[in-house]
This record gives sequence, structure tokens and C-alpha cells, in this order.
Amino acid sequence: MTTASMTTAALTPKIPISGATASHARPRTIAPIPLGRLVKVELRKMFDTRAGFWLMASVLIVAVLASAAVIVWAPDAEITMATFSTAMGMPLSVVLPIIAILAITSEHSQRTGLTTYALVPWRGRVITAKIIAVVLVGVASMFFSLAVGAVSTLVASAITGLDPVWDVTISEFSHITLANILGMMMGLTLGVLLRGSAAAIVGYFVYALVLPGALGTLAFYQEWFLDLQPWVDVNYAINRLFEMSMTTQAWQQLAVTSLVWLWIPLAIGLRAFMRAEVK
Amino acid sequence: MITAECLTKQYGAFTAVDNVSFAAATGRITGFLGPNGAGKSTTLRIVVGLTRATSGTVRVTGRDYRDLVNPGLEVGVLLDASAQHAGRTGREILTIAQQTMGLPRSRVVETLTLVGLTEREAGRRVRDYSLGMRQRLGLATALIGEPEVLILDEPANGLDPAGIRWMRDLLRGFADAGGTVLLSSHLLHEIEVIADDLVVIGQGRIVAAGSKTELLSSAGTLVRAAQLETLDTALRAADLVTTPIDGGLRVDATPELVGRTALSAGVPLRELRAADGAGLEEMFLELTAETAREGAAA
Repeated sequence: MTTASMTTAALTPKIPISGATASHARPRTIAPIPLGRLVKVELRKMFDTRAGFWLMASVLIVAVLASAAVIVWAPDAEITMATFSTAMGMPLSVVLPIIAILAITSEHSQRTGLTTYALVPWRGRVITAKIIAVVLVGVASMFFSLAVGAVSTLVASAITGLDPVWDVTISEFSHITLANILGMMMGLTLGVLLRGSAAAIVGYFVYALVLPGALGTLAFYQEWFLDLQPWVDVNYAINRLFEMSMTTQAWQQLAVTSLVWLWIPLAIGLRAFMRAEVK
Repeated sequence: MITAECLTKQYGAFTAVDNVSFAAATGRITGFLGPNGAGKSTTLRIVVGLTRATSGTVRVTGRDYRDLVNPGLEVGVLLDASAQHAGRTGREILTIAQQTMGLPRSRVVETLTLVGLTEREAGRRVRDYSLGMRQRLGLATALIGEPEVLILDEPANGLDPAGIRWMRDLLRGFADAGGTVLLSSHLLHEIEVIADDLVVIGQGRIVAAGSKTELLSSAGTLVRAAQLETLDTALRAADLVTTPIDGGLRVDATPELVGRTALSAGVPLRELRAADGAGLEEMFLELTAETAREGAAA
């Protein structure tokens, strides 16, 4: 399925099915399935099981717990909007990619793909809908944690009696959002490449937790790698988004590393996914 | 109408589907019969585009399945009733299908009623469903879009005799209204009850195809007598082919000819009839004997 023919399918006007081909059904018009409807269905599928519901709920729970922890344990003077943002950021950067992984792999592990891809045989459209749904969930989660952060800042200021400190700028917020979306894209990539929930989640932890340590150690002991690391290590590049230390060179490094670690593997994974047998 | 032409699917050196051609006609129920692992499911997956054929073409209502703009409204598909998210309720699974196809909400309840699932059953999670209930739910997913073609893989699996009878009536009504039904089974008795036409497959190849009546009439005559050996000798002397079956003989001839031969040989008969079910079963075993794989996984 190429992008060109997908577009054609989406733009094709309503095709009347004449009585000649449909002797059984009464004459009726069959309209192509719009992408928006598929996105809605994919969003629904992310919430409609107990596991899915609690995974989504965990985003909210994590945000609230992390904020509560900051209010309870952090020194009064350090309770600012940025502290809340950092506290929520780490757990979210783990939960959001898992949501992305499961959106892809549950079709295989639960074998629902037999129905999904029979109802919508153009897998490119299903994947597009899944990617849009995942990004929507990611952005919504970020705005939700922003709201939790703002409320927490006000609550904390009421408790401590200090003025609220609003030290998160729009640019910082968008950098963190971008970093989380990239994390979710990494989840999608592992999902289409490995197609099993367990394998993809383990793969994500290797990528997010083991790899940075290994590359960091290498950079520590091998001086030649120290200068090379920013151009090779995608976690390093993404972390700079979280740390708000982006420079022109950092953006270039992000582009190079994400091309190698994320976009090319995603393209390879999608290609294999389109052709794979659904059993 | 479904037409498959020279479908072949190879997995490395293994040929799962070997040059398979068949047609499922409008207004008829076509049974796809074969032992486990014969290539039935692979063929059906090829028909609906889930598996790519190595070569060959297949057309559903005259078109490639991938050219259908909203396939659920034209072709109802049930490939594996157990392939559902165990954590979703029956109603939720049907609602996903309804929303994907863009149907009115009321179709969910209508279709649940059609397949005989109650409101309460529909509210339960699929992990608590019996296989029979899963089959009904799977059939509901296939029927909700009011398609003109049904493709069902082992739909009678897990249904009790009353359930099989119910499904036969449902599919009969569907075909009589001008629909096309292609269903598979590895059990001859199941398919014998339901199908009009049969396509028999063994080790990836089509070994027999035709209307059930045709295949039945070619199954010959069943005859029983006390003096079976004398009868056998007389029949063989008349150049008829006989096969021992259940304390009787199956003869490749009409009952009339067998009766006349018995009369001239002076052998009193205990039973003389067209060897319908028994004959077809024998044919099935015979046709698939060389290709059957005992105990092999599907």
C-alpha cells in the first residue's frame, strides 16, 4: 500500500454499488472510511480495556503523586513550577512510550489484528491513525500535567506562604512535549519492529535505561568517544530537550541521532509491517 | 461471488497452498473442507488480504479485496472467534466494528439479537465467553455491516448441535436472499449439514470440488447382507467395484443395479440404499488419506 493510493482511497467520492454487483444488498452507497473515524476508533481501543484504562489513568495518577511528593518533601524555596515539571517528567517519559508500544503490539498479542486489518485492509491508514492517536494522547497528557503543575504551584504557595514561581516558559514546555513525543515514536518504532508487547517494552527499557549508561561509561573512559557522543547518542540529544539546553548544534545533533536511531528504523519497521502476514 | 485462481503460498521450501482455484457462487453456501493443516485458513487469509499469495489472484464480488472502500459493508469476515481482546466486552467489540464501518449505533443491538446474544451476555468480557458464544459474537461482527458475502473459518467449531442447526438456518436464509457464503471446516458432518457446494482440500491442493449432490451420487450404494462374501463375489463378477464398510459393502453403482445383481445371485438383502453420508465420509478420508497429517497442528 503506497501513500499515493491511500490518498486516492481517502479522496475517492462516494462509489455507488449498483444492483448488478450487489444482488443481495439493497442498492446503497458505500463511502470510503475517513481517517478521522479510524483515529477515533484507535483512541477508543486505547481506553476500552481494564489494562488500557489503568495505563491511561496512571498518567494522571503519576502526575498527581509526583506533585504531592514535591509539596511534601521539597524545601519550600525550591517549590517552583519547574520542580513540578521535572518531578512529573521522568515517570511520564516511561509511561507514554509504553502506551505507544501497546497501541501497536496489542493487535498482535491479542490477535485483534485479524479483525482490524480485515475491516481496514490498508495497513498504512491504520498505522497512520494509531500514530495520530498516540500523539494526541501524548500532547493531552502534557497539557494535563501542565495543569496539575500549575494547581500544585498555587497550592504549594498557599501552604508555604511564598509567592508562586512560574518558571516554565512556553518554549520549555514545547521542548519537553517534543521530547516525550519522540519517546512515544521510539515506542511505536519498537512496536512495529518487534511486534510483541514484552519484547518491545524490554527493548524500550534497554534503549532508555541501559544504553545511556553504557554510552556514558564509554565516553567516560574513552576520550575519543567523548566528542563523538552527542552525534551518536540519541538519548543524550533528547535529554537536552528536557534540560532546556538546546543550541543550534544540539538541534543538528538531535536531527542526526534521531534519523539513525528513530526515523530510519521506523521506516524499516513500517515497511515490514505493511507486508507482514496477520495471523 | 468469490473466485480464486491458481493461488500459491510458499513459506521457504514449504508450499502451504498449492495452485488452488475454486469459486463460491452467489446464492449458495460453499463448504471448504479439509483436514487440519490442509491450507484452509491460509487460503481464507489470502482472500481477505491478510496474507500475500506468492502467486495467483482472488476476487471478491469481482474485485480485489483491497479495492473495497469499506470492506465490512460488502464482505463479512470471521477468521478466528478467539482472536479478540479478552478484556473487552462483547458489546464493545461489536461497537468497534460498528464505528469503523460508520454504521448507526442501533445496529449493535440489532445484530446482537440476530446472533442470539442477550444484553447480559453482551456486557460480559470475552474472556468469560464459551467458544460457542465467541462464534456468535464473531458472526455478529461479520454480519453487522449487512454484507453480501460471508467468509467464515471454522464457524461451527464449539457450537452444540442446536447451535449448528441455528447457524445452518441463518446461513441458508442469507444465501437464499442472494448472498454468497464460503465457510471452512475439518469436520465432514458439520459441512454436510450446511453446505450446497464442496471444495475439498488436502495438503494445499484441491482434491475434489462440486455440488454436494454430485459428490454424494458419486459415492455409490451401501448394501448389507448376511451372506456378504457371496454378494461380494457376485458384484465383482458383474464388474462392479466394492469396498467393505461397517459390516456392509459400498458399491460404485446405483442401488437398482446392486439390487438386481443380488437378486440374480439369490442373496437376501438386509439393507440397500444410496451411500450418502457414509459414502461422502469415506470419500473424504480416501481423498485426504494420502495427504492427511495425523495429529498435525492446524
